[in-house]
Amino acid sequence: MNNIKRVKVGMASCGLAAGAQVVFDHLKEELTPKNILVERTGCIGMCFREPLVEVEYDDGSSIIYGDIDGKKVKVLSEKIKNDQIQEEWIAYKPNDEEYESDHYHAKQERIVLRNCGIINPESIEEYIERDGYKALNKIFEKGKDWVIEDVLNSGLRGRGGAGFPTGLKWKFAKASDNDKKYIICNADEGDPGAFMDRSVLEGDPHSILEGMTIAGYAIGSTQGYIYVRAEYPLAIIRLEKAIAQAKEKGFLGDNILDSGFSFDISLKKGAGAFVCGEETALMHSIEGQRGMPTLKPPFPANSGLWRKPTNINNVETFANIPWIIVNGGDKYSAIGTEKSKGTKVFALTGKIKKSGTVEVPMGITLREVIFDIGGGIINDKKFKAVQIGGPSGGCLPESLLDTPVDYDSLNNTGAIMGSGGMVVMDENSCMVDVAKFFLSFVVEESCGKCTFCRIGNKRMFEILDRITKGKGEMKDLDELEKLAYQVKNGSLCGLGQTAPNPVLTSLKYFRDEYIAHIKEKKCPAGVCKDLISFRIDDDKCTGCTLCARNCPVDAIAGEVKKPHIIDQDACIKCGKCYEVCRFDAVVKE
Amino acid sequence: MACICNEKELTDEQKYKQLKEFIDENKIKEGYLIPILHRAQAIFGYLPPEVQNFVAKEMNVSISMVTGVVTFYSYFKTFPTGRHTITVCLGTACYVRGAKKILEALEEKLGIHIGETTEDRRFSMGVQRCLGACGLAPVIMIDKDIHGRMSVKKLEKILELYK
Repeated sequence: MNNIKRVKVGMASCGLAAGAQVVFDHLKEELTPKNILVERTGCIGMCFREPLVEVEYDDGSSIIYGDIDGKKVKVLSEKIKNDQIQEEWIAYKPNDEEYESDHYHAKQERIVLRNCGIINPESIEEYIERDGYKALNKIFEKGKDWVIEDVLNSGLRGRGGAGFPTGLKWKFAKASDNDKKYIICNADEGDPGAFMDRSVLEGDPHSILEGMTIAGYAIGSTQGYIYVRAEYPLAIIRLEKAIAQAKEKGFLGDNILDSGFSFDISLKKGAGAFVCGEETALMHSIEGQRGMPTLKPPFPANSGLWRKPTNINNVETFANIPWIIVNGGDKYSAIGTEKSKGTKVFALTGKIKKSGTVEVPMGITLREVIFDIGGGIINDKKFKAVQIGGPSGGCLPESLLDTPVDYDSLNNTGAIMGSGGMVVMDENSCMVDVAKFFLSFVVEESCGKCTFCRIGNKRMFEILDRITKGKGEMKDLDELEKLAYQVKNGSLCGLGQTAPNPVLTSLKYFRDEYIAHIKEKKCPAGVCKDLISFRIDDDKCTGCTLCARNCPVDAIAGEVKKPHIIDQDACIKCGKCYEVCRFDAVVKE
Repeated sequence: MACICNEKELTDEQKYKQLKEFIDENKIKEGYLIPILHRAQAIFGYLPPEVQNFVAKEMNVSISMVTGVVTFYSYFKTFPTGRHTITVCLGTACYVRGAKKILEALEEKLGIHIGETTEDRRFSMGVQRCLGACGLAPVIMIDKDIHGRMSVKKLEKILELYK
């Protein structure tokens, strides 16, 4: 008989936000008396079907149920108790042909996310069972030079966005002569629309600890820091637990596995400053100061935290390391393109059917990620743009959808690989408004050190604001471009140097939209309030009075069962009538 | 760090005593100003000038150093906040999925703007650039609970949960 081994509930932040706690509590209460183990796991990756419940069987097969809310869980727990299957709620069956063909999983390759959603992140035993901490034995046997050589061989490049070869970075840090060196894990994932690192921190914290320990051994460091956002409370809790467990088992601390090598990791909580994702700013923040970037050189490899040689990598980079050590750099470099090896994790979000964390081999095209894995646009609307790389990246149009995902191809388009945010936009997104959104972000987050970043971005924001209000002129576009290049050239750190990218790419690929705002005083997507108007279509209006009753400023007049009229002078364009109308009679122009 | 949010209201004297103990334990550690300020804010709810002065004195650093750090990071508040803090996510994913509408509805309902607190001190409202739950956009966070797939309709019900 195929017995149930255990039941798992996806309980990363996404799952919890969708109500996984109630589901977990209910299952635990109902199934524990029946001797069925109920456990929590990390991000299963299918955010679009949260909350997710996975039933694992003794023969290794499993069924993942989706959209299990507080009501459905009552039915589901009865089914599980009676060893029955609830067919219509199945979201996915691993290794089942019918479900593999949906592309969401078939086109993915999971290295960084190898354990996410599979193990209980709070159990070190489950991590060890899946080759966890196995890399440590291997590195002590093979030595430091072999480790660096193997990472170089793997072709792994920094996953924080800039793409500097990781092995090379380690080599520089190793060559730096000093009795004290530091390893830092940059977990200050601040890009709006990106949550890949959170998925790993919450779903597989030990892989990061192991990756950092390997780096520490390779460069000769005994102290590591994880700089994590204060906005990720769950990640902090799980990291704290993982560090304590690893110390208890002897994978961290003094004389690790009797190798003579000691390494300790401390957590440093951020305090809400986007610029602290920049490495020099991050180090100042760890030192307890204002997180303002400083000039490089000296590079961190020579003089970093407390002026000691320091090696900084991001979460995803570290999570790759144990896999590379265990499986070999060659196996890693077999995946991907010539210059971009391995896989990349993306947070696929926005107006997309299947949003979630996805991991794909480098070289896959944007179209495959968005349409095959992501299932296309919600309500089958028209695709307009995909924003990659966050505030430092750019918006790419339909014509560039066949661009392969690798560092160089993406750089050529004017966007960047970035840390992995991929936000899909449809015809209802206004590109001028989106550019303005990113600039407002940068204006708020600029630390103020460089004049061009501090003031230049603000001026650009004002120009965009004018355009979205219908007060723009054609010469504003030239001014925008000029300013954008000045800000890029006149800023010290990555934040300022890349801040104008969303404006530049949208100007390059969506110039028509800017021109429509300026010349025709129209917002084609119907987003910019000052440029739209609402009117009621006489033929469709049934006179139900719903719009008039909902109008907050009483701008709609009309008798029952007769077409209504909007008083354009009184209308504040809140769009309430448009939302409530059941007959599509309110037209947005 | 132990959660101290549910404890009974302490007197100012007790709060300063708690903070002093934490500072004494940690002040010799390098770069500990930010964790100490995190703790101070957990105890006092916010960081008024008096608390900043106290931290500076106890750590033997200048007041400008402490104030410089407090004002640099958005997590630190210099004004008292409400019993519950609503954070509207304005990350890209939430933004394209209608976070602006949620924000407007909240502003209308509570009669306050970003960074303000209702008169009855029930709610403070802020925005965040990404809570990392993009798959469930738009999301809001109230205290430490994340509420996903928000709509203006759902708001009313959810706010009722926080008295």
